[in-house]
Amino acid sequence: MAKTTQLFGLILSLGLALTSAALAQPSEIRIGVALEPPMLDPTAGAAEAIDVVTYQNIFEGLVRIDQDGAVQPGLAQDWTISEDGLTYTFELASDVTFHDGSTFDAEDVKFTFDRILASDSINAQKALYEPIEAVEVIDPQTVEFTLSRPDGLFLFNLGRGDAVIVAPESAENNAAEPIGTGPFAFIQWDRGSRVVLERYEPYWGELPALTKASFVFIGDTATLTNALLAGDIDGTNNFAAEALPIFEANPQFKVLVGTTEGETVLATNNAREPFNDVRVRQAIAHAIDREEIIEGATYGYGEPIGSHFAPHHPYYVDLTETYPHDPDAARRLLTEAGYPEGFIATLKLPPVAYAGLSGQIIASQLAEVGIRLELVNMEWAQWLEDVFTNKDYDFTIVAHVEPFDIGIYADPDYYFGYDNPEFQALVEELNATTDEELRRELAVEAQTILAEDAVNGYLFELAQTGVWNAKLEGMWQNAPIEGVVLRDIRWVE
Amino acid sequence: MILYSFRRLVGFAATLLVAAAVIFILLDLLPGDPARFILGINASAEAVANLRLQLGLDAPAHERFWGWLAGMFTGDFGVSYTQRAPVGTLIWDRLGVTVPLTAIAMIISAAVGLPAGIMAARRRGKAPDTITMVVAQLGIAVPNFWFGMLLTLLFAVTLRWLPPGGFTPWHEDVWAALRSLALPGLALGLPQAGILARVMRTALVDVTGQDFIRTARAKGLTKGEAVWRHGVRNALLPVLTILGLQFAFLIAGTIIVENVFYLPGLGRLIFTAISERDLVLVRGATIILVLAVTATMLVTDIAYALIDPRLREGSVR
Repeated sequence: MAKTTQLFGLILSLGLALTSAALAQPSEIRIGVALEPPMLDPTAGAAEAIDVVTYQNIFEGLVRIDQDGAVQPGLAQDWTISEDGLTYTFELASDVTFHDGSTFDAEDVKFTFDRILASDSINAQKALYEPIEAVEVIDPQTVEFTLSRPDGLFLFNLGRGDAVIVAPESAENNAAEPIGTGPFAFIQWDRGSRVVLERYEPYWGELPALTKASFVFIGDTATLTNALLAGDIDGTNNFAAEALPIFEANPQFKVLVGTTEGETVLATNNAREPFNDVRVRQAIAHAIDREEIIEGATYGYGEPIGSHFAPHHPYYVDLTETYPHDPDAARRLLTEAGYPEGFIATLKLPPVAYAGLSGQIIASQLAEVGIRLELVNMEWAQWLEDVFTNKDYDFTIVAHVEPFDIGIYADPDYYFGYDNPEFQALVEELNATTDEELRRELAVEAQTILAEDAVNGYLFELAQTGVWNAKLEGMWQNAPIEGVVLRDIRWVE
Repeated sequence: MILYSFRRLVGFAATLLVAAAVIFILLDLLPGDPARFILGINASAEAVANLRLQLGLDAPAHERFWGWLAGMFTGDFGVSYTQRAPVGTLIWDRLGVTVPLTAIAMIISAAVGLPAGIMAARRRGKAPDTITMVVAQLGIAVPNFWFGMLLTLLFAVTLRWLPPGGFTPWHEDVWAALRSLALPGLALGLPQAGILARVMRTALVDVTGQDFIRTARAKGLTKGEAVWRHGVRNALLPVLTILGLQFAFLIAGTIIVENVFYLPGLGRLIFTAISERDLVLVRGATIILVLAVTATMLVTDIAYALIDPRLREGSVR
């Protein structure tokens, strides 16, 4: 008798183990990401890794950005904009709770934005919210924003990770224990290893299909490849281009190639000789062969750009032919500018693969017209100090990943050292305009000025290259904003 | 003996103080502003200044140094700039991976290296000796990370016996934690086994030529008995020294292997902290490493002095 019971128990537990394994697997996901976030509060740091884990998963904003970069309702279900474009009234979603059980209302919205705008604020994007003059609570479900000037990007900026809604009770601890209103709640963080999220059952919106998600931190490309092949992780949102062929040929995986907001440029110190001479910059633009760089540095993934603008944006114009690849023209312009023999310059490279590889190719392209480059490899912290803060550089290569960031050229103190009053006036007008058609015209004009002035060497738009288990669906192909949004991801047979 | 130990202890404390000062100065000279790193290139100068104030980066260097030093006496290593968590806790969590990993690597190294060395010495000049020494040389020459990747390809990707990396915390599942340390332990331990095999062989060959082995043989022991009972024990002294050095080397040298197997160890913590200019964290972790190495040396010195009275007299040292 005892034996039978034992045997029965064994079969039962085995059966349970098997079915629970079968049930558990299809609703969980493990995603490999290269960088570990230093902390988990998207309003207190600029690291992309923070948003990768938290954006739209743990935290939500008044609005959210969708896969195509369009603004969709978020915690604000509806809104009205006054005639003069200065007053925004938001109707908030009801029955929303934070993951600690506290309720969400207009007071939380006011708290969030007062915190961003406070004088001791450490929000990395505070400048984007500067047009906000006041946030007023009308009733628990209604909140009104007053702007000091119309801002065409205001709604988009509300959808960024930097403006997610936080609660006064938990905001201080969000760095280690993030509490938001999103469809996934934070469960645990094994530092150095992974962050685990679980579906938040009382979520106010539609519940996602996944019940659990882990972000596993794997920095090394070869290791990430092995982890994918061994089935230790189910996918990664952005993988090294050189290893993609391994997965393209394997039916167990799917490779999703999309676009990002990363304009990769040969940034040029316009304030320094000889780059303050537009003919020198034009010569450099003529000397660059984008196709060769894209082939060599990103293995063909990446779209050529002729100005500082993302090709998938509705305002984009193709300006890649402003200065076509023409070494003779480059040499002519250099001679005109007084450098018939060329000159020597430094190229400071941050520690990212695309920069290192592009740097070597550009060095050989510029050498053809007499510009000899000395390549200097740097860590990020050193790059930020030397190149970005102290502007001690001739050239550098970096991808500018902020969405719609053409305005950086209007700041003469920015590290490009580009000071063009005409461009500055144009951007001011663009910022203050809400009329779509007019905005488009101004944006096109701004792109054209940058291309003609050859402020930087415009190289390519970084591609997003995701590798996923073939049975997964609903991942974002494009990256209009930083983040790995779990909302629509599910397992299919 | 007491005086000897006291002198060693004073030397130990002085070493730590000098190390602390050197670490602090070197890190302070590194270019790069932690506040700018955290907030990125689009942050305003005002936000960066606010964060610098919050992190206490604006205080003069000597104040920050003494503050740091005083804190350490009470076990307070400061708060990490980027992670906003206590440095002591961050390091303690990582030691739970790095220390067991080092121990496993040392056990593998001794379990493989010592018998191999003994066998090679006993078959000196013959085929097993040559083969062992060639393999050992190969083990020393092959880089850890490359060896680690080969192991992953075979045992994780192809055979799927062991996880390709990552770490299950001890409190969740001890067996799973051990499994996740198996491949990195091999990758770290086997090259060390090569070194150990060579040292063991040389020491044993040296010892077997000496008088006391001849005496033992004369008493009627066989060659094998003489080597096992007297030779190996005497040859172990230089080997133990090497093992002590290996411990220090392994603790500090796990960075690459921890990266290949994405283990949350101390090496990887320091690596990331340096690139993010999280100076408080780098300082704390480095001083812990210095402490581990110097303490090992202190213990070894005192233990040697206990065994060998000549060392205490000062005539030898």
